[in-house]
Amino acid sequence: MNEIRLPDATEAPGRRGPRLWLSRLEGPQTMGRGLGFWIAAALVLLAAILYPAFNNDYTVGNAAYFLVWTFMAMGLGLVWGYCGALSFGQTAFFGLAGYAYGVITINIGSAFGATWLALVLAVALGGAFALLIGYFMFYGRIKGVFIGIVTLSVTLVLETFMAQTAGPQWRIGEARLNGFNGMSGMPPLTVPWFGGEILLYAGTTLYYVLLGMVVLVYLGLRMLLNAPFGNVLVAIRENPERTEMLGYGIRLYQMLAFGLGGALAGLSGVLYTAWGQYITPSSMGLTAAALPIVWVAVGGRRDITATLLGTLIVIAGFQSLTIYGSQYALVVMGALLVFTVLVTPNGLVFTVMSQIGRIFGKGRE
Amino acid sequence: MTTILEVRKLNKSFGGVTVARNIDFTLQAGAMHCLIGPNGAGKSTFFRLLLGEHTPESGTIYFGGDDITHLRSFQRIRKGISVKFQVPGIFKALSVRQNLEVAFQHHLHGASLSETVRRVLDFTNLSNEATTAAGVLSHGQQQWLEIGMAVGVEPKLLLLDEPTAGMSPDETRKTGEMLHDLNARGITILAVEHDMAFVQQISQSVTVLHMGSIFAEGSIDEMTAHPGVQEIYLGAADE
Ligand SMILES: Nc1ncnc2c1ncn2[C@@H]1O[C@H](COP(=O)(O)OP(=O)(O)OP(=O)(O)O)[C@@H](O)[C@H]1O
Ligand SMILES: [Mg+2]
Repeated sequence: MNEIRLPDATEAPGRRGPRLWLSRLEGPQTMGRGLGFWIAAALVLLAAILYPAFNNDYTVGNAAYFLVWTFMAMGLGLVWGYCGALSFGQTAFFGLAGYAYGVITINIGSAFGATWLALVLAVALGGAFALLIGYFMFYGRIKGVFIGIVTLSVTLVLETFMAQTAGPQWRIGEARLNGFNGMSGMPPLTVPWFGGEILLYAGTTLYYVLLGMVVLVYLGLRMLLNAPFGNVLVAIRENPERTEMLGYGIRLYQMLAFGLGGALAGLSGVLYTAWGQYITPSSMGLTAAALPIVWVAVGGRRDITATLLGTLIVIAGFQSLTIYGSQYALVVMGALLVFTVLVTPNGLVFTVMSQIGRIFGKGRE
Repeated sequence: MTTILEVRKLNKSFGGVTVARNIDFTLQAGAMHCLIGPNGAGKSTFFRLLLGEHTPESGTIYFGGDDITHLRSFQRIRKGISVKFQVPGIFKALSVRQNLEVAFQHHLHGASLSETVRRVLDFTNLSNEATTAAGVLSHGQQQWLEIGMAVGVEPKLLLLDEPTAGMSPDETRKTGEMLHDLNARGITILAVEHDMAFVQQISQSVTVLHMGSIFAEGSIDEMTAHPGVQEIYLGAADE
């Protein structure tokens, strides 16, 4: 018989509360386990922490920009890779939350850390909108390719709507939506400090804030995916009917995963807006909607680590190509997607990681 | 004796084809009952109606005295129905252990979960395959895994759609023993089965389904002797 061995999934019996959750940092749904993996992860993190010491503020601010997108990508990994629903709608929640951040902060200002309140509200709004869309899709029994069509329509409708808000009547309080030209003038994230506040413009401080958020979200997702919730998501991906016949209300799980994925996209949207103090309808357009699919597919959608690393690599590569022209870069992206789908359907980073895992005997398979 | 499952005047058709015609069916708690009938008789469809995967055009289904006709599938399962489908419905990419965990974690956690998983691995002779991807198990082992998934959290009623399909005689015999074991623990079993020797091994009473209707009901000996049953089913079965 073919020997495919998977790691044991049993949770160490008797663990509770925080210790139980910490034990879920490793598990059947995520690649990487054991001391070797965590040492490697710590080294990568160390390199990321030291990065600003060897680069100027502009370059570091640019690296912060890469980090901004990872939340949307990890959210898509959750929805598509783990739960099996290919969504083109991440940009809708990204854009909605981005605009919401702008509208809220322009109206309430940035004093006393109000920008963080705006962040939380905007992310919640993105997540709530995703829950609503998810509710209609999953309880309406929409499946497979139709999920892609519905979600793409949602984001394109939002783009079209925002693009026609040019007139002065399109304002919410102090905030002008500004149609196709987009909204600007919102403050960046701020940290209240003695005698004023620190403005987190693109630069080293913002980079560290974002890096911390990436680490938290990544570890949090690892724990969630290895918890019973994650097991059920994967079971739904593998065989939804069977999962329901084990007594799970699968639509609720799908809706919650979609909502969480949307909230993460919303987080990216807020951070993007705060990073550049700018957001436009094209952030919800066709090209924008397709890019997360490319990052996640190329990295590897079925593993959160592959998704995270793949996204960073692809975005950095994309940006260095854009120097030669953005059309050219898009063509390369397309080619990369085709190559991935044909040659390493599980994703480039995923494939490399499982090879490394095999060599050290610590992979997921 | 109490009735665990009662079906009244159940009707269902697909397009013009009637697959359930006025089905009246009663199952006593603690029974081990078989449902037989030729290919296309509507046996699997009957199960899917019981499970809520298809909605009947008319009729009522009572489980443990409650009307479950309009409940969603997962709600019926939570009331204590469990199923093994005709086509093995396991999660092929997950390990055997993960399959069992997904099946039980809904009711069990921590130590009781791992204890139940261990017990079921033992019961299904899959202890040595706990970390094997379920998709590479032999066909018989996949069937056992699915039975294990269905019985780990002891259901009140176990529905089995052709549990021995594709099994060797030895595996079939072991499966029969397993079912007796489960029945002895108080699980009511309703099985669709083609293998008459197996039917003989596991149950005394049999219902014959033909073209969506209940054709005959009685002991296995009565049914094998029944000329009509022989004609529609038993004759056709030795093809
Ligand atoms: N979803 C469906 N749509 C249309 N027709 C269906 C559907 N499911 C089943 N049928 C038809 O209903 C009839 C009964 O099918 P069913 O699978 O219940 O038979 P069965 O008794 O389980 O047969 P077998 O012994 O081959 O498993 C068949 O004619 C089948 O083609
Ligand atoms: Mg059948």
